[in-house]
Amino acid sequence: MPVIMYREAVRDALAEEMRRDERVFVMGEDVAIYGGAYSATQGLYEEFGEARVRDTAISEAVIAGAATGAAMCGMRPVAEIMYVDFMTLAMDQFVNQAGKNRYMFGGKTTVPMVLRTEGGAGRCIAAHHSQSLEAWFVHAPGVFVVMPSTPYDAKGLLKTCIRDDNPILFIEHKMLYNTKGEVPTEEYLIPLGEAAVRREGKDVTIVSYSRMALRAEEAGKALAEEGIEAEVIDLRCLRPLDMDRVLESVKKTGRLVLASEAYKNANFVCEIIARVQEHAFDDLDAPIERVCAADCPVPMSPVLEDEAIPRADKIVAAAKRTLGKA
Amino acid sequence: MAKSRAKVKPKSKAKPAPEGGKLSKEFKVGLLRRMMEIRAFEDKVFELLARNVLQGASHVYAGQEAVAVGACSAIGKRDYITSTHRGHGHCLAMGADLKLMMAELCGKATGYCKGRGGSMHIADVSSRNLGATGIVGGNIPVGTGAALAVQMQKTGGVVLCFFGDGASNEGVFHESLNMAGKWKLPVVYICENNLYGMSVALERACAVADIAARASAYAMPGACVDGQRVLEVRDAVLEAIERARKGDGPTLIEAKTYRYRGHSRSDPRVYRTKEEEAYWHERDPITLFKEDLLRDGTLTPKAFEKLQAEVDKALADAEKFAIEESPWPDPAEVMDDVYAGWVEGERGLVRTETKG
Repeated sequence: MPVIMYREAVRDALAEEMRRDERVFVMGEDVAIYGGAYSATQGLYEEFGEARVRDTAISEAVIAGAATGAAMCGMRPVAEIMYVDFMTLAMDQFVNQAGKNRYMFGGKTTVPMVLRTEGGAGRCIAAHHSQSLEAWFVHAPGVFVVMPSTPYDAKGLLKTCIRDDNPILFIEHKMLYNTKGEVPTEEYLIPLGEAAVRREGKDVTIVSYSRMALRAEEAGKALAEEGIEAEVIDLRCLRPLDMDRVLESVKKTGRLVLASEAYKNANFVCEIIARVQEHAFDDLDAPIERVCAADCPVPMSPVLEDEAIPRADKIVAAAKRTLGKA
Repeated sequence: MAKSRAKVKPKSKAKPAPEGGKLSKEFKVGLLRRMMEIRAFEDKVFELLARNVLQGASHVYAGQEAVAVGACSAIGKRDYITSTHRGHGHCLAMGADLKLMMAELCGKATGYCKGRGGSMHIADVSSRNLGATGIVGGNIPVGTGAALAVQMQKTGGVVLCFFGDGASNEGVFHESLNMAGKWKLPVVYICENNLYGMSVALERACAVADIAARASAYAMPGACVDGQRVLEVRDAVLEAIERARKGDGPTLIEAKTYRYRGHSRSDPRVYRTKEEEAYWHERDPITLFKEDLLRDGTLTPKAFEKLQAEVDKALADAEKFAIEESPWPDPAEVMDDVYAGWVEGERGLVRTETKG
């Protein structure tokens, strides 16, 4: 199977869907001639031309809003917001217009659009370019949130998102663009709302997503060396959410650790904690642990950034605490 | 007080109606009728709100009828509009049914949006009204995107994007007009300047006197029209549409108008004078057009009385339909239509259909 980079997987998904469906088009800041701030749209402008690969002004609100209007009128836009931190500028359009129009109009419209963005820390570019803001969007009814961690998932999920009829925030991770993975040459789709079990185990469940899913896997390996068998789950989608997979695992292990790169306070994983206690309270053998970013704006200095963002060793420590081995 | 502003005469340089003399009698009476229906609808809404029969908030359009009716009379079946929180007039001007609209305002299952949106979120997507929005300026980008879609689809369609003077101070106004100006999108931005953003007079909030002047920053023509004159609005919009259909891009039209009621039902209108209100009532869009039609022989006093009786009857029927005959939505359906193709299951969303 060919090995390609995450950013190439994103690009290939876009190109394949644009070839398949002429309603699909791409717009955003620096997506055309430049090929995307993280090179995820490289070559699209050359293949599809300026009508379907559109460089926009630095105007996040109208990027998201124009995608909404175009989607309501029969197009399938994939718009790019360069950093998830800039979603603050597009928030009303995505959350209030795109996300709510279908319901508020009695189900008589659809808004098939994807907002691609990227988030996360790791480049020492501080809190206007390094945050993980997914919780804000999962809180809003009407929109989906998808956060792939591998090239395989990035391609298969993005293709599915483009074909889905809902407004979707597709959050890539800046530190993953150059990571490599196996991606088949033949077409495939990954259904939304299906988590992936990265490692099977019986002692403790570790649930994560995006880049933290890779650190959770690292933690799983480290724990195995100490004789602890962790089951590592990558959610891939935060909404729709594969709660069944999480509950199944918790029922088996009785212990749960959640790892997220977002701020700890009101982190999305708190929702999972609530649902686990609703559906599997009696299966728990230990308090649930969460490993999240420090509740300070993501700092620039590499030393501080490394301290603020969860590392694999912190996930390992949390898993051990659930087993009384701290 | 915004007294001086009230005396501002629209600086319209609109040419004589390009087709003013050619409009059929039926068409002109139809325009008058739609304006009368909007007025009657809004008066009824205000009364029902005062009696607490109607819940929620409604921002009524009375006084501005000539803008929606004149503008929407200029478009056809391949065209779209986007509306605002003061959107009943746009909806009716696009041909919405009084009964289904009143039912929606009442939160009934028979309403256009099954009672989910109400006054501020009414949409009749089947008539190409892409809906109202509760966020001031919220639909300016959406209308711009609709224009991008019709441009890419090469349908020859145009979009009328309505918003108020207050919305022209939102960032999305500037982002949208810049995009439309640069990409020559087929959209007509129609700013209904009713002189107040809730209570704050435009002259106290806005750095320019004429919002139309802002068009020059975005490489498009800007024109002020008398928003109390239905045919003047129509002619200005026709000219803008012709430009848009030719591929020459967007236009910003500022219609100077006035809302008779307060911003909402709880508004005592302390920020404006009785003299100012009287001035605008003298320039009532329905009276002005009715007088034109009586003068040119299109309408007789007797025919007008008959028209008024028909409108009153239609309103009474709509009220009866909405309040007495329509059921409430089934509470079991509260989670319907949040997503397309997905429903909430016991432990999360599940797919309802398989797609190819």
